[in-house]
Amino acid sequence: MAPLVNIEGLSVAFNGVPVLRGVDLALGKGEALGLVGESGSGKSVTWLAALGLLPRHAKVTGSVRLNGREILGAPAAQLDRVRGGRVAMIFQDPASALNPVLTIRKQLCESLALHRDLQGNAVKAEARRLLDLVGIPDAGRRLEAYPHEFSGGQVQRIMIAMALAGNPDVLIADEPTTALDATIQAQILELLSSIRCEFGMAMVLISHDLGVVAENCDRVAVMYAGRIVEEAPSNQLFADPVHPYAQSLIGALPPLDGPRRRLTAIPGTVPDPAMMPDGCAFAPRCALASDPCGLAAPTLAPIANERAVACIRAEASRRALLGIAAE
Amino acid sequence: MSPPLVEVTEISRSYSMRSGMFGRTAAVHAVDGVSLTIPKGQTLGLVGESGSGKSTTGRIVLGLEPPDSGEVRFDGKSMAAPVTAAWRTQRARMQMIFQDPLGALDRRLPVATQIREPLDIHGLGTPAEREDRVRDLLRAVELTPAHGARYPGALSGGQRQRIVLARALATKPDFLVCDEPVSALDVSIQAQVVNLLCDLQAQLGLTLLFISHDLRVVRQISNVVAVMYLGRIVEIGSADDLFARPEHPYTQALVSASPAPGRRSAGRIVLAGDPPNPAARPQGCAFHPRCPRAIARCAREVPALSTVGGNRQVACHLVTGAETRDAA
Repeated sequence: MAPLVNIEGLSVAFNGVPVLRGVDLALGKGEALGLVGESGSGKSVTWLAALGLLPRHAKVTGSVRLNGREILGAPAAQLDRVRGGRVAMIFQDPASALNPVLTIRKQLCESLALHRDLQGNAVKAEARRLLDLVGIPDAGRRLEAYPHEFSGGQVQRIMIAMALAGNPDVLIADEPTTALDATIQAQILELLSSIRCEFGMAMVLISHDLGVVAENCDRVAVMYAGRIVEEAPSNQLFADPVHPYAQSLIGALPPLDGPRRRLTAIPGTVPDPAMMPDGCAFAPRCALASDPCGLAAPTLAPIANERAVACIRAEASRRALLGIAAE
Repeated sequence: MSPPLVEVTEISRSYSMRSGMFGRTAAVHAVDGVSLTIPKGQTLGLVGESGSGKSTTGRIVLGLEPPDSGEVRFDGKSMAAPVTAAWRTQRARMQMIFQDPLGALDRRLPVATQIREPLDIHGLGTPAEREDRVRDLLRAVELTPAHGARYPGALSGGQRQRIVLARALATKPDFLVCDEPVSALDVSIQAQVVNLLCDLQAQLGLTLLFISHDLRVVRQISNVVAVMYLGRIVEIGSADDLFARPEHPYTQALVSASPAPGRRSAGRIVLAGDPPNPAARPQGCAFHPRCPRAIARCAREVPALSTVGGNRQVACHLVTGAETRDAA
């Protein structure tokens, strides 16, 4: 089956400094894909670049296909139908994504009018249906309220309603619950997964929280310094991570039950994009690094069914395996 | 068990808030009858969502804010009146670390100068000794003297939090209040700072009050954990088994809401309703409108925190109710 979204060799540079260095990613119909990584790893930039939402001084190269059609560098008229229509996006800080001086009805109806051929009362009825759908009580009356009259969790629900206004095929959720309390986060994640099941919508969940991604996604891609370093079905990734960075990330997470152990901290910090080390970007922090790691950046190569890793050690063991198979 | 360093008895604190420009003033009970004991060299973790009063509790314990009622005793003595000489001596023995290290540091001063400042303020040692102490502190938080010459803007988030920690340790305090110290840091950096905090505690025999919304981090570092909801402690117990066997329905929901890698969200308790509003505290048990197991009594009576075996204390009619019925 052809993927819904296919990203190939996507690279982004701000003022000559590369921040995204060749990302390949495919998203199937109705699939939930998680993107994890630390700040500055390029998780958000990948999707902002794919949708042409980066400022003009950003140099974007590569290819992004939606249903086989190239959208990278597409004319604005075509992009306007994609953004909000086929692909919707919600952000970490919902309060700043809404206009504080307009009612929820005005803002919801605006996106409905843009993406659907609805007129007059039908628009308002649809707006009300959407608010109902995302679980805002007393939707009819609440349509006339302003954003500040809602709590943080409710504002995120309204953002989800606005994202659904265009009946999108893909929802990009960029840290949708980071600013929310634990119990409210659980509510929003449950809402997202029930909506996804109901509409058969694909979702990309961007988060720094491994737990959130593990529980809500079928497949996870781990990013480090502008590249994908490991990609795997989420249960396999967390049970058996292969890339040393993925291993350390999981080891850095304190356990909630069982015996307490010392956390595996990754020494040092994420490299500055302007001074990226030669070879593997993780090598300076990697406990298993050896001389060849500093020579060339490893490519993301398949190691098993649906699993791919960008690590020279994984590559070597795979070659050894293939060598044995050839004999 | 070692003697308590910090003893908090029944502290309460309310603020008055006006709804709208001409609205009626209403009292917001930020902290309502909280009692805590922290033995020397141990860590008490305080968890809760925003508005649960955990930060206010930390500020009262540290004497940054007076309680309306109740008492805080430090090393057997009650807190001296603010801005007296006795208060200053006492305060040099307790320090605080905040969530945002950039906000806690002065961007226009090299960080070594800022680590030195508490030594100057409390007049500890000769100038040469202070310089030595700054170098030792930098080494203690695993930084080099070269880092000391930099400005906060030239350091990473994790390094800044280490500087804040070094500054807090400058006066050799016995007690440290950490308010969400690692929440703004990436997972790998968070692990570095948590490990460092554990090592320093073991080396220096520090007593910690560790405030966070992150159950995992709190469990990692604490001996005892208290869960707060709308200004009250609803459950308190040893860190090892509190999250493994939570008794209070709120703690159960919190644990189940904490996502775990390798476990899909089957059977998760998702609480209905909005986050609690301290200005509109429900009657009876503050948690009852969101509680999946609430009974009629929950809406009438405020449950008291009572021991349910071992060192676990729970404030819930459903957990303690059975025993009171038996007694009656």
